[in-house]
Amino acid sequence: MAGKIISKFFDIDGGNTIDVYERHGGYQSIRRVLKKMAPGQVTDEVLKSNLRGLGGAGFPAGRKWSFIPKDSPKPKFLVVNADESEPGTFKDRYIMDRYTHGLFEGIMIASYAIGANKAFIYIRGEYVRQAENLVEQIKCAYDRGYLGKRIFGTNFNLDLVVHRGAGAYICGEETALLESLEGKKGWPRMKPPFPAIEGAFKCPTIVNNVETIAYVPTILQEGGEWFSELGSERNGGLKLYGVSGHVKKPGVYELPMGTSLREIIYEHAGGLQDGRKLKAVVPGGSSAPVLTADEIDVKMDYDSLAKIGSMLGSAGVIVMDDTTDIVRALYVVTRFYHHESCGQCTPCREGTGWAERILKRILDGNGRSVDIDNLLNIAGNIMGNTICPLGDAAALPLKSYLTKFRADFEAAVSDRNGVGKVADEPVSLLN
Amino acid sequence: MSKVAFSQESLSEFERIVAQYPERRAAMLPTLYLAEKEFGHISPEVEVYVGELLQVPAIKVREVLTFYTLFASKPRGKLHFQVCRGISCDLRGCTKIIEHLQEKLNLNSEETSADLAYTLSEVECLGACETAPMMQLNDDYHGDLTTETVDLILDEKK
Ligand SMILES: Cc1cc2nc3c(=O)[nH]c(=O)nc-3n(C[C@H](O)[C@H](O)[C@H](O)COP(=O)(O)O)c2cc1C
Ligand code: SF4
Ligand code: FES
Repeated sequence: MAGKIISKFFDIDGGNTIDVYERHGGYQSIRRVLKKMAPGQVTDEVLKSNLRGLGGAGFPAGRKWSFIPKDSPKPKFLVVNADESEPGTFKDRYIMDRYTHGLFEGIMIASYAIGANKAFIYIRGEYVRQAENLVEQIKCAYDRGYLGKRIFGTNFNLDLVVHRGAGAYICGEETALLESLEGKKGWPRMKPPFPAIEGAFKCPTIVNNVETIAYVPTILQEGGEWFSELGSERNGGLKLYGVSGHVKKPGVYELPMGTSLREIIYEHAGGLQDGRKLKAVVPGGSSAPVLTADEIDVKMDYDSLAKIGSMLGSAGVIVMDDTTDIVRALYVVTRFYHHESCGQCTPCREGTGWAERILKRILDGNGRSVDIDNLLNIAGNIMGNTICPLGDAAALPLKSYLTKFRADFEAAVSDRNGVGKVADEPVSLLN
Repeated sequence: MSKVAFSQESLSEFERIVAQYPERRAAMLPTLYLAEKEFGHISPEVEVYVGELLQVPAIKVREVLTFYTLFASKPRGKLHFQVCRGISCDLRGCTKIIEHLQEKLNLNSEETSADLAYTLSEVECLGACETAPMMQLNDDYHGDLTTETVDLILDEKK
């Protein structure tokens, strides 16, 4: 059993304060880095650690940092993505509440590595208490001279600003986030240019998830190789898995990358309520393709889940037992993506709306057998045809629920529906 | 000139905020939060004022205001109940909580009571799914809700 890195602070009283953090070895890593390492060496160490971006896409963190142009005279920015709005995801909230200075130390090291003197934490607007804690603890760090000018007596300067979002899931997407940071509505940008080349305020910018950054101090303290070996192949380290839904002990569990989904559900999250059977699991936030009960012997890491056609995403595990109405589950998830579509691309804006309305109609007992294929069609037309991945995030659940649980949908359209069986004649998609 | 203006205190807070960004306009969201705190909600006059402060056309303020869900462009109740309707909360019975609050507050979702005591909203995942079903009441999260604990919270806040 590997130890814990971040979550060991979750149970410590005052784990969010500077004193407690330092008493447990905090702010040693940044001291060493600033005195002994060149920025490029820091990036190399992170590369070696196989630390993947833990916000959902799993892009190797060190590789991303290495894209920052070295010769650009423009200021560079680090932006920490604390928008955390993917349904089923709540790990970053724990980090901000209870590993506050660990996050700051990671921000300092990452900023040093990429040459940034200004960092932003973009936090979802609903996290009012979390933002208050960050602001208060940032003040403490300034008071000690850990932020600001000439940090630890070196030439390194860093300012850290908390920027609150205002209720828009799409602002978790990195380019929408940058638009929002610039004071605009959160419409994703076309890529390229990627943020590392042209990000916030047209300057080179690294956007990383809270959890990604929070592992950085330990990596620099213990070494990249050490961290890498804690996880599975090409997926370094430990990871915070959030478990919600029909389990006895919902919560956040820090375990090695590649821990099996079965172990997470049955050993750590306490298994299902007595007498219930597993029906379905969403392994990585609501946009990850659903898994059936037979598919849970999978390693929870980016590559293993991709291999079976799903994704680790935010590692927010949503467990559904045999009492779950799978049609309703898909309706709730689809309603979310429709609500959160920014409206820029027609397939996403219209497709999510059609899908929501059709699913609602099925739920209301007016489904038709053609609805199932129509929904699959809509999903197919969204996939790959949009500016940002929100479109895919809506299409993937549609495809996977409808395919893997087709019998449930067929029962729903015939059971609940007076006319379901004659639905081979043309019917309007929308009413 | 706009018809409203910040207090001296908010104005210096505004200056402090603006200084944190390389561009003035980037202070849009924090300024709207500040305005909402000062004026209660963001009326068209406030939009114009915020535009003047940030040196952008008022329409740019409107664009932002209508894009994000958290800003109030109409008065909201003193107690704002935002019940999560996300998937994890749905699996653990948020529908019952929503119906219970609708009955108790005598409101439909997305309505505000005439005396401005209550607003009831259904919202998307609030990032606290391990405590499902849950809601946000003004700035605070309340989790593991049952109809009984909702009643207790209501009694306490009334
Ligand atoms: C619709 C959408 C929502 C996203 N929401 C978040 C989020 O809430 N938090 C996050 O860290 N990344 C989110 N991402 C991923 C970001 O775009 C980006 O990949 C990530 O912040 C990069 O950090 P990482 O490499 O450390 O994971 C989202 C992506 C999409 C397409
Ligand atoms: S895919 Fe959807 S959310 Fe993304 S840019 Fe297009 S319309 Fe907006
Ligand atoms: S689904 Fe309700 S808090 Fe996440």
